[in-house]
Amino acid sequence: MRIGLDTDLCQAYGNCLLAAPDVFELTDATPVATLLQERPDESRRAAVEEAVQSCPVQALTLLDQ
Amino acid sequence: MTAERPDLRRVVVVGASLAGLRAAETLRRKGFTGELILVGDERHPPYDRPPLSKGFAAGAVSVEALRLRQVADLDATWRLGERAVSLDPQARVVGLNDGTHLPYDGLVIATGARPRRLPGLPDQARGLHLLRTLDDAVRLRTELVGEARVVIVGGGFIGAELASTARELGLSVTIVTPLPMMVTALGPLAEAAAERARRHGVEVVEGAGVTGMVVDDGCVRAVELSDGSTVAADVAVVAVGVIPNTDWLIGSGVRIESGVVCDATLAVCEAPDVVAAGDVACWPHPALRGELLRLEHWTNATEQAAAAAERLRTGSGPAFATVPSFWSDQYGIRLQGIGLPGRADSVDVVDGDPAGDRFVAEYRRDGELVGAITAGSVKALLPYRRELMRRFASAAGEMVPAQ
Repeated sequence: MRIGLDTDLCQAYGNCLLAAPDVFELTDATPVATLLQERPDESRRAAVEEAVQSCPVQALTLLDQ
Repeated sequence: MTAERPDLRRVVVVGASLAGLRAAETLRRKGFTGELILVGDERHPPYDRPPLSKGFAAGAVSVEALRLRQVADLDATWRLGERAVSLDPQARVVGLNDGTHLPYDGLVIATGARPRRLPGLPDQARGLHLLRTLDDAVRLRTELVGEARVVIVGGGFIGAELASTARELGLSVTIVTPLPMMVTALGPLAEAAAERARRHGVEVVEGAGVTGMVVDDGCVRAVELSDGSTVAADVAVVAVGVIPNTDWLIGSGVRIESGVVCDATLAVCEAPDVVAAGDVACWPHPALRGELLRLEHWTNATEQAAAAAERLRTGSGPAFATVPSFWSDQYGIRLQGIGLPGRADSVDVVDGDPAGDRFVAEYRRDGELVGAITAGSVKALLPYRRELMRRFASAAGEMVPAQ
């Protein structure tokens, strides 16, 4: 699976970080979330799906390819 | 992946807002190929409600930007502008307001909630508003202009956020609330919410109710308070909580408490192959030892809908032991919380100032962590979330499976 992050939409809520802290990062240095991994292991699917669904501004997409 | 029940050919989802949409999406994403019907009483396709009290009310967010993204291949029949009026769980039929009977094999109840009205107020007057739907918000924002004097009745999330929005627009704002502001969310830190609002120029009247309204020529002129005083108003917004939309279930045999009563797995107790999710549902959260919980958080609507849909699709499921989370944007700061801080009996501020821009607070009940709230430091919530997930999962493991 591959994660798409739209940094124009992201407003740094950090819900993704709470759901999958090994995949998403938020620091004071950037005003938006960043991806620690663009293609996380399949074993992280549930956490990544939770992250995608919990984004209040729909900045995340999950691409299965 | 757990196998799908072969007898599930047609699923009806009543409620076409966030929870209904996410339930439908989950069914499809997990492989449901049967017929899917969504019924929604609003004419609009699913849209996002949180901006209605914030960016949308301020005119900074368009109607188009509110639309909830849908997976392209949802392949559902949409019945928008239609309302469910009855349920027969034995015959497995939902009745609609136009007389249609919709048979189902599986049903998702996601009818949400509507704003509570106050006794003693007129049903309608120019300047008098409730805020729940897009149509409500469109009407409201056309009046948040010029020199309008805004009185907000209620100091919860909607009231507090709307006050912030109206101040941003340069309007004069009074909040009238019988309870301390944001007390349900913040518990003992509620005082900080009122302090923050006052610092941004909001007049906050706590401990007073609203008994009536002065209406002249069809327009709101003033709000009458329980202490005998009146506050002049051009716009009055009543934001005193919501009532779950369960009227259509009266007579169905489905038990209603603070909402539609589900078991721990989100199955509706008296109705086979019916689940519920979102603002309308209450269920025994494992961490509360059987006490029913109903949540009105955005994040819960999405997460609970996914769990309820999977429960419906497979015919079984784990106890829903979610660690709730919520946020509220006010005056340029963002409050973010997890767990059940509203159920706490004590709070410790471990960093910063709760009335300031940055703080972290831990909430406990009987000495055990039940939640945490922060402003400006979402990462600080991570260790608390881990602990709550562990604690809630362990409480779920101790529950007798409710099947």
